[in-house]
Amino acid sequence: MSLSFQDLNVAYGTTSVLRSLSDQWPTGQLTALIGCNGAGKSTLLKAVAGLIPSTGHLHLDDAEMSLADRRRHIAYMPQDTSAASSLTVLEVVLLGKLGSLGMRLPASLVDEAMSALSVFGLTSLHRRRLDEISGGQRQLVYLSQAIFRQPRVLLLDEPTAALDLRHQLLVLERLQQHARKQGTVIGLAMHDLNLAAQFADRLIGLQDGQRVTAGLAEHVLTPENLRLMYGIDADVSRGAFGQLQVFPLRAAELEARGL
Amino acid sequence: MASLSGASKPQTSGAASAAPDSTSAPNSYPALVARRMIRLGATIVLLCGLVVADILTGPAMLSVADVLRTLFTPAQADALTRVIIFDIRLPMTCMAILVGMSLGTAGVHMQTVLGNPLASPYTLGFSAAAGFGAALAILTGVSLPLVPWLTIPLAAFVMCAAAAAVVFAFARMRGMSPEIMVLAGIATLFLFQSAQSLVQYMASPEVLQSIVFWLFGSLLKASWMNVPIVAVIFTLCSLAVLPNLWQLTALRLGDARAAAIGVDVQALRIKLFGLVVLLTAGAVAFVGTIGFIGLVAPHIARMLVGEDQRLLLPMSALMGAITMTGASVLSKLVSPGGVIPIGIVTALIGVPFLFFLILRGQRRHW
Repeated sequence: MSLSFQDLNVAYGTTSVLRSLSDQWPTGQLTALIGCNGAGKSTLLKAVAGLIPSTGHLHLDDAEMSLADRRRHIAYMPQDTSAASSLTVLEVVLLGKLGSLGMRLPASLVDEAMSALSVFGLTSLHRRRLDEISGGQRQLVYLSQAIFRQPRVLLLDEPTAALDLRHQLLVLERLQQHARKQGTVIGLAMHDLNLAAQFADRLIGLQDGQRVTAGLAEHVLTPENLRLMYGIDADVSRGAFGQLQVFPLRAAELEARGL
Repeated sequence: MASLSGASKPQTSGAASAAPDSTSAPNSYPALVARRMIRLGATIVLLCGLVVADILTGPAMLSVADVLRTLFTPAQADALTRVIIFDIRLPMTCMAILVGMSLGTAGVHMQTVLGNPLASPYTLGFSAAAGFGAALAILTGVSLPLVPWLTIPLAAFVMCAAAAAVVFAFARMRGMSPEIMVLAGIATLFLFQSAQSLVQYMASPEVLQSIVFWLFGSLLKASWMNVPIVAVIFTLCSLAVLPNLWQLTALRLGDARAAAIGVDVQALRIKLFGLVVLLTAGAVAFVGTIGFIGLVAPHIARMLVGEDQRLLLPMSALMGAITMTGASVLSKLVSPGGVIPIGIVTALIGVPFLFFLILRGQRRHW
């Protein structure tokens, strides 16, 4: 049971952005895409979601997915949270199930939307306007919308970018629970390597639109891979609780130590 | 039980059933929707009052009793009064409602699909194009065989569609982006305003008078021949957009998010663009240029009922109708015995009202 893609290619004009990518993302797990800016993380998520033209094959549970299948089963959450609208928080969440909304809203649907808001502790905000809440709260609202859709594949572009530490943990814990319980395939583009190491079941390292490494955090987050992907030196160690820690080193520090 | 608001007892279900929320609050969304529905109802009552006032007023200075007697027992009224009520005032009132609703609807569509609070059929040059078409028809004196009364409206309609085609063609070349559409629309506005001025410059004083009168916008052109045409266009355009109400609501989250939740943004933009052309051309062709309603009616509606298009769309149409009928009443009261062209009055009453609403409210409405 997984989402798999083979030979996925994306080009903007004559510039190739994703090159012959193939991978398999298991259900019930979090797969994190890492890599520097412009490595192709967002492009890969959008291509899998069918939001940009791409070539290649995409399968969900061994069945080839058409564009219509992708629209139906894959939910994608963009990175940008700046869009300000006077829609209420509850209305924004309801929009997640666009196909189910008619002139009349079934009471069960509204209750479900309220439940989705409760996942991230937002029920008290449900009547607030989107343009009256903070960027971080907006990000949580969009996450609630993505959960409310109950997709089989959930693709999130930097879902914790606008969040404080407490909410970063909350969101990733909830997503992990959601993936395990619902059997959802969750793919995330992430910049925070420590969080990725802590929560992702599997990491994929991208560079120039190609996969350079993939696997468990301890196999992916090595000083060599980090130098390859980010062009930096980093110290990778285990913390007091056994968690993997990535500590980027400044060039000045390395010089001072004669390294 | 299903309702517009989806009111029910709080419960948990679906994907998030296991999720705790220490700040859980009762669902007060139904109360919000109910309040918006009440505002919609009050707006309908206000429109009814203005419709009655519009029928009761006019240069013939008929008494209220005469008007009511003629309306309810036409056989007992004298022929002249019957003609005034049934052939002049009622068509004018019906036209005021339909044109107001058409422009209010066209305005809200434009602002939604372009994501721009300044977008309206007027600001993007559609009305100016219609005015140019009418002015050209008046200047050349051409007349359609069999239906000469349709000559000027048809010229206005064709030119309005041509302006839309120009904007559409430019936008299409650049992926239908809202920014390009707005830019192309503003350029089109200047183009057709200049063309209008050229036609006026070339016209003789008598022809110029006719052109200027048309451009002012006036309900005096309303008749039982053209009212049904506007009614049919408005009805068909309203029905056509019904399946897309939630998609239009989703557009307010921006193109990327709307696309991410399943909206075919480009197809929706093209469809709405076509409807705006029909609504604008249908309205403006028969009454002349009325610039203010398409811009402001959506803003007033948004302040009252928010962004949910199930309510915003009818509210914007009603606000357009209210502005038109209100302006119609005022145009007859300002100069007793005469009628000031309604295109002048709509902005005169609408702008102060909009300023009042903006200053009164504490919130942003866009």
